[in-house]
Amino acid sequence: MIDGQTLTLRVADAVLVAPGLRRLHLVAADGARLPPAAPGAHITLTLPTGHNSYTLVSADPEAGYEMIVRRTLQSRGGSRYIHDTLATGDVIAATVPHNLFALHSQARKHLLIAGGIGVTPMLAFIAHLRRSPAPFKVPFELHQLAAPAETSVFEALLDARPGERVHVHAGEGYFDFTALLAAQPLGTHLYTCGPAGMMNAVEAAAAALGWPDSHVHREDFGASGGEPFTLRLAKSGIDIAVARDQTMLAAIEAAGVDAPSLCRGGACGVCMVPVLDGLPEHRDHYLTSDERASSRLVMPCVSRSRSATLVLDL
Amino acid sequence: MATRFKSDETFRDDYRYGNSDEAILRFPFPFNEDGYMYGVNIEPHSRAGSNGAFAVAFDVDEHYVSECAERATTLALEPGRCLVLPHMDAAQWDTLELIMESLAADYPDQFVLERDGLDWTWTNRPLGLHQAFRFGDATTLPHPPFEYIVRQAQGDFTLQDQRDGTLYMDGGIATTPADWSLAFDVGMTFHEWHGPVPLAHQAGVFDRALQYLMRVRYGHPARRLNWTMTINPRLDTSPENFPLWGPDRASLTPENIGAKLFLRVELQSFFRLPRSNALLFGIRTYLASLDDLTRVPKWGRRLHRVIRDLNPELIGYKGLTRYHDILVAHLAQFDDGTPTTAGIAPDVAQLP
Repeated sequence: MIDGQTLTLRVADAVLVAPGLRRLHLVAADGARLPPAAPGAHITLTLPTGHNSYTLVSADPEAGYEMIVRRTLQSRGGSRYIHDTLATGDVIAATVPHNLFALHSQARKHLLIAGGIGVTPMLAFIAHLRRSPAPFKVPFELHQLAAPAETSVFEALLDARPGERVHVHAGEGYFDFTALLAAQPLGTHLYTCGPAGMMNAVEAAAAALGWPDSHVHREDFGASGGEPFTLRLAKSGIDIAVARDQTMLAAIEAAGVDAPSLCRGGACGVCMVPVLDGLPEHRDHYLTSDERASSRLVMPCVSRSRSATLVLDL
Repeated sequence: MATRFKSDETFRDDYRYGNSDEAILRFPFPFNEDGYMYGVNIEPHSRAGSNGAFAVAFDVDEHYVSECAERATTLALEPGRCLVLPHMDAAQWDTLELIMESLAADYPDQFVLERDGLDWTWTNRPLGLHQAFRFGDATTLPHPPFEYIVRQAQGDFTLQDQRDGTLYMDGGIATTPADWSLAFDVGMTFHEWHGPVPLAHQAGVFDRALQYLMRVRYGHPARRLNWTMTINPRLDTSPENFPLWGPDRASLTPENIGAKLFLRVELQSFFRLPRSNALLFGIRTYLASLDDLTRVPKWGRRLHRVIRDLNPELIGYKGLTRYHDILVAHLAQFDDGTPTTAGIAPDVAQLP
């Protein structure tokens, strides 16, 4: 596929698997094949409440995608919409799958630590690891932390096979990550997904034991988009609103202002623009650390603004 | 527009090769200004606003049938030109699916992919192939899946596993390499296999390019152009066979250089593969003689200026040292000093 279209998905099924946990089964609205995805990949749904990224629990070009969404009260409304409003047959737009949480090809063992709904990438991982053919079979060990009332829910989701090291622990606060990590064989890769506090504790335990960073992996949906801000183009004499899910460059182009660009990924330097006022949030790989610190230049293809208004010499 | 395949071309021995006028006008001329230096010249490989060699995922041109035959010849002589490490199995199937899907979508008259669950049927009309197989079961194909499909594609390919904050070249095929060896590079990191390139490391080009490439997303491929020069239309300029083609550099004369020296352009493309999360690099080689290219007035002028002013380290790295003088002297006749327009477009609809 040369041009990554937005996917148009239809809700084939939406069932409550436990109180507050809804499993969505999504298929292509036109019945066509969907792009395959590696375990750990996520898609971003466009909902009336905004954009929400969810890990794919399973992804099959013909059978479709599955995800499990927890209803959260403090969210921006995406999970509440999915729980309270979204119905079978509804059509939603989504990005193609993107993977920032991949299994490491050289791991001698995969150690998976999840908290609560952080189980979702782990479900994709263990499904993949279970069906790997014999010469590529890598052992795994999974620890799921769950609220005491929910342990049976996660036990059912993980569905441990005889001989597998799949453990569901009641209570999120008392797990000894250091003891678990200290007991791992050399060559183990660690994957963690769950509440930030839990992931931080896992990473801290790994760092204290001397695990190399390259062996520690954490769920990350990437920093695409951010808070909206106002862009003032000094030469053109116009103000432009940059939306949450829009790049500065796209906003400039949409306003009809000519802005050269090439890679659109923060690497080539072609779109670099002088900053006259405001504080850029740099996300490129082009500027030096001194140039970043000076806040005098910005790459509008990927970077954003920390200040409510950013003034460019354009 | 149906492409007429030149099925009797050769890229060794008697070198029966030529470009039609259409092929010259769609040639991916690599110089967008009157000078050349390394940069991160990567851009989205997108259909929008693209034409010629850039319009589709994998360009199939008039040399397709002959290039596939040349690949088969090279693999018969040296099967080790195709190497894929065992952990890249999913990437092999990803590559097969991507190339089959792309060719079938872009050239529906020539290629057909029919899928019923995991039972797939592939039809390649230019090569006369019809293959029923089971996706994921390598025993149902005559070659391993990566080799099977790249035998039906032009240009070389490498498979990169992404881990440890870099890309590892963990597989590929190199029967049309511009003096690099897959057997030597396989298993290397991005910075390791680019080790020999002069100037670009110091300029930070590889650091930035790596960051960009590691972020290439599925469905959002990228591309860049690279170039060198080759004596005779020889695709297999491998280090393994240097004794066969290296001495040709001494054969250039002011009289034969226009017909015998070829600009060798690589249209490099970068695709994220969905199941493996690997990155596929396409290295598609286009060859055009100086005689071909200088029929486009803008390209003749620009080629002279670029080659004349090329950094001495690049002259050495690209292997031009021995004949640089006669090359510049030859190209001077096409440069009347007129300014050139920006960009790579030929600026003519027909060749004079």
